Amino acid sequence: MIDLIIALIKVVGIWSFTLGVAAVMTWVERRGAALIQDRPGPNRAGLFGILQPVCDGIKLFTKENIVPEKADKVLFNLGPIMFAIPAFSAFAVIPFGDRIIIGGKEILLQISNIDIGFLYIVALGSLAVYGVIIGGWGSNNKYSILGGLRSTAQLISYEVPWGLALLGVVLVYGTFNLREIALAQQGTFLGILPNWGVFHQPLGFILFMVAAYAEANRVPFDLPEAESEIVSGYHTEYGSMKLGVYLFGEYVNITTLSALTVTFYFGSWHLPYINMASFLGDGTIIYGIASFLIFCLKVSFFLWLFVWVRWTVPRFRYDQVMKLGWKSLIPLALFNLFITTLFIQIKYYIGG
Amino acid sequence: MENENNNKKIEAYTGPGWVLTTLEMFMNWGRQRSPWPLPYGTACCGIEMMAALAAGYDMARFGAERPSFSPRQADVLIEAGTITKKMEPILKRIYEQMAEPKWVISMGACACSGGVFRTYSTVQGIDTIIPVDVYIPGCPPRPEALLQALIMILNKIGKDHPYYRFKSELEGNL
Repeated sequence: MIDLIIALIKVVGIWSFTLGVAAVMTWVERRGAALIQDRPGPNRAGLFGILQPVCDGIKLFTKENIVPEKADKVLFNLGPIMFAIPAFSAFAVIPFGDRIIIGGKEILLQISNIDIGFLYIVALGSLAVYGVIIGGWGSNNKYSILGGLRSTAQLISYEVPWGLALLGVVLVYGTFNLREIALAQQGTFLGILPNWGVFHQPLGFILFMVAAYAEANRVPFDLPEAESEIVSGYHTEYGSMKLGVYLFGEYVNITTLSALTVTFYFGSWHLPYINMASFLGDGTIIYGIASFLIFCLKVSFFLWLFVWVRWTVPRFRYDQVMKLGWKSLIPLALFNLFITTLFIQIKYYIGG
Repeated sequence: MENENNNKKIEAYTGPGWVLTTLEMFMNWGRQRSPWPLPYGTACCGIEMMAALAAGYDMARFGAERPSFSPRQADVLIEAGTITKKMEPILKRIYEQMAEPKWVISMGACACSGGVFRTYSTVQGIDTIIPVDVYIPGCPPRPEALLQALIMILNKIGKDHPYYRFKSELEGNL
């Protein structure tokens, strides 16, 4: 019973956390764009326009709900749901802190500590494409279907280097369990560097980041919603809150991808060179909160990186995207995997 | 003041309902701060509209960011430029595709009255096709004028009654 209550608290907590981060991210994106483009940005709603997501939400909720006459009603309504569910579900296996021990009971700061966490993440990553293609197909609109098809091609192409890059980390730490990967990143590597995935897998990290931007349909890979070519892509026919769910799901995706980056490559809740557990005490509440805050800090940097890149880099042409995916990223990812395997084998024979 | 016909309704005795007016206030507060524009630039006014959207004037301060090129997602149609007879059905269709509530800004002399193009091929004012909320004179008007028009739209949204708008629409359909 107590386990169930703890699980429920964690689920509700993470659910509201991701929703809150996604809402704040819409504001960060608009103010960040304004900062980079040297203009004030939205500043009428609340202090510094912080209530802008609330205003957008109210407006979208109270707008007329249009379902086009020729659209497939079921698929049209199913699209945003199919888009939002995988985005939220992926957060279930990501550890957002170490553990708290209360009265001899261990509470992991992770919703579900499953051994196939990595496979779960990759599976949900490919499931997200269904929301886009179903929305594009169900709208019965030329631009929507083009956007949906582009998105499918792009996601399938970039799923491969994305997964292969992550596989390098899995080889280094020898586990599919995300919590164990996070735990293994404590200490130092080669005596001077922190024992983080990014120092074990520098090439893998770059490949992962590039593929992650493509997975999230963000600039420079926002082909599915290229305004200058296909109006708004797969959500051309969506108005009111269905559009809101699509836009919101995108930010939830970004949050999940940032959290994954931190978990796999940037030592999750570990600070470099400092063993927090030793001087805060392993399992104390203050240690749990501190580890969560460090995790949040790292995630927020990568969230900002998403915004930064979006307003700096122009969009690729469609054939360039495909060329980059199949001719550069996948061979490099395979090469990275080969080198990693080689090093592990050499280390195995030398070290016994 | 209430007129004679409304005296029979219950709100004549109790005053306007607290719940509905508060909800309306709340909705108007949100709508006032998030008017996504649909840029419809067909002539030189379009250039001034771009200037108003860009860094120097920054319409995004009022929440009028994210120009929605899909009419389903837009709130304010900014019609900037000359409308020819060929363009007339397209503009009408775009307006009809927009979701309620929607507002229209007619920007520049050509959109307001046909301007200098007093010919067979030009529509003499877009208000012959679609309802217009705010007219901006000028050929082309400066970005400040567009910003003032936007603020006038925002004030108009503030005085709106979403509930009665919905109710009258419902009664009209019955």
